[in-house]
Amino acid sequence: MTIQQAQEAAPAEGARTTSRPAGRRSKGWTRTQSVLRGVVLGIGAVAFLFPFYYMVIGSLQKKPNQTLSGLIPDPSNLTLDNFGAVNSRISLLSGLLNSGLFTGGVLLCTLVFGVLVGYALAVLEWRGRGVTFAIVLLVQVIPFQLLQIPLYVLVARNYGLADNVLGMILPFAINSTAVILFRQYFLQVPRELFEAARIDGARELRLLWSVAIPLVRPALVTGVLLTFIGPWNEFLWPFLITKQADRQPLAVSLANYITSVASSTANPFGAVTAGALVLAVPVVVLFIVFQRYFVSSDLGSGVKG
Amino acid sequence: MTAVTTPAAPTPVEQIDRRNPNDRLRHRILGRNPLGLLFSAPYLVFVVAVFASPVIYAVWIAFHDFFFAAPGADVSYPFVGFANFVYAFSNAQVIQSFGNVGVFLLINVPLTVVLSLLLAAALNRVIHLRVFLRISFYVPYITASVALVGVWLFLFGGDGLVNNLLGPLAPNPSWLVNQSLAMPVIAVYVTWKQLGFYILLYLAALQNVPRELYEQASTDGAGAVRQFWSVTVPGVRPATLLVLLVSTVTGANLFTEPYLLTGGGPNGASNTPVYLMYQLGVEQGLPDVASAIGIVLVIGVLIIAWLQNRFAGGRD
Repeated sequence: MTIQQAQEAAPAEGARTTSRPAGRRSKGWTRTQSVLRGVVLGIGAVAFLFPFYYMVIGSLQKKPNQTLSGLIPDPSNLTLDNFGAVNSRISLLSGLLNSGLFTGGVLLCTLVFGVLVGYALAVLEWRGRGVTFAIVLLVQVIPFQLLQIPLYVLVARNYGLADNVLGMILPFAINSTAVILFRQYFLQVPRELFEAARIDGARELRLLWSVAIPLVRPALVTGVLLTFIGPWNEFLWPFLITKQADRQPLAVSLANYITSVASSTANPFGAVTAGALVLAVPVVVLFIVFQRYFVSSDLGSGVKG
Repeated sequence: MTAVTTPAAPTPVEQIDRRNPNDRLRHRILGRNPLGLLFSAPYLVFVVAVFASPVIYAVWIAFHDFFFAAPGADVSYPFVGFANFVYAFSNAQVIQSFGNVGVFLLINVPLTVVLSLLLAAALNRVIHLRVFLRISFYVPYITASVALVGVWLFLFGGDGLVNNLLGPLAPNPSWLVNQSLAMPVIAVYVTWKQLGFYILLYLAALQNVPRELYEQASTDGAGAVRQFWSVTVPGVRPATLLVLLVSTVTGANLFTEPYLLTGGGPNGASNTPVYLMYQLGVEQGLPDVASAIGIVLVIGVLIIAWLQNRFAGGRD
């Protein structure tokens, strides 16, 4: 049913119900409604946040307590040893460093090359612009399953980039969703600004750097947030191409810990949740600090194109 | 969203073209700002290297007897037609893994659409705690699956919190080692983890539903439920289609969760095509068979996406 159809259908529906005293019924109903809404949202928030609470509680327990009473912190059962336990088998620091290099490389490429192509698509007029924009949209629907094997063959075998941070970065280098977002924001910059600057004889790169980029700074922050979660959280690709433990990002080394080491340790629950906390905290903090840049309309436009 | 419409750049054409005939020719071939092509060149090279050529390579590998050789070794890969496909799909495990993804999608996709629309609609009308609620809804989405799986593993473990809560009602064998519960638990986990992203999509879509429609419906006596069905649901249909498509594509890519939560078990009950592609292609050195599975999987996803577009996309 389209909106138009809904518009037509609504009066017909109304004709049947107007005989009832709508006013009084709706007052009580509005109240019930908002209570109901509060309950739904409350249950939602608890369901979404509880595993994070459990992660924190678990990582601090000396002896794992997986019963209901374990949910309340017990001062006699608190310790930071779990972080040491997981760190003794996988180096958290080198994992964080590798994750940081991987993510940083992707962010750098996306900010430099993504902004360039976003600007070219929004502001400049050149042959091939339409095709390039179509490509940016198309790339987003190519599923990774199809690329997984050939990329592995190319990157790990042919280019010899296994266990190399460049090999990790390559498939993620320029985030196409961020490109669309940048283009979207450059489109909103009034055209006259560019024309005025051009008549002054400013060169295109300077125009981009000193006029366009300062105007779209919020888009850059949103683009960074959007791009950050990709490589930081990615598991399959770095898992495929890094076999050396000291080259693995934290997500991969933690996964190896979960599958092969944890079960043989004294407190697997504590150690795994401690590792998980270290992996989760940087992103969660980043998103809480910059939450106002991660709003629905930006994301919606980024995804919808 | 007016994104797709191309803006007309009112550049003073005459000024540029008056200079000399060479310039005019250049502008006719490359457009007014050939710099645009230069600015886009790194991105285009990236797309060719990471998307276009691997897609072609994937198809080529699937139709040849392909194996890993030492770098620089001179080997030939004979053309074998559909042999890799036949080999892959005469393997019962492969068939089972496609069935598992089917089960996953049947649980995950409807649950995702219903829950994300409901929560987004509720969140859209809230005034207090809006920021807190929004953050708490998308926090699982932005967190690494490896970290969250670590928690779920213990929540749903044999002597985990969930079983301790259920007491005698706990399933036997427990969730993750239960043939008929392993895949549903994974489906619920993925729904939970991804929901925040879809809630944000729906929130954006809800801003585009004209307020007057609600007012009109309200004066006509339509209650909240009625309004939801005849104004909200049709109003966000483009977003619903997007949610359907994205959740289907994400579901078909399933790897990390079964790998870590269940190891694909028990007895392959939670194995997925992508997990098998890893086992066959990388661990067992059969990249050609893995590639064939990948191609069939993508064709399957395209068919589902086409059906969704056909039946949920409407005619507008």
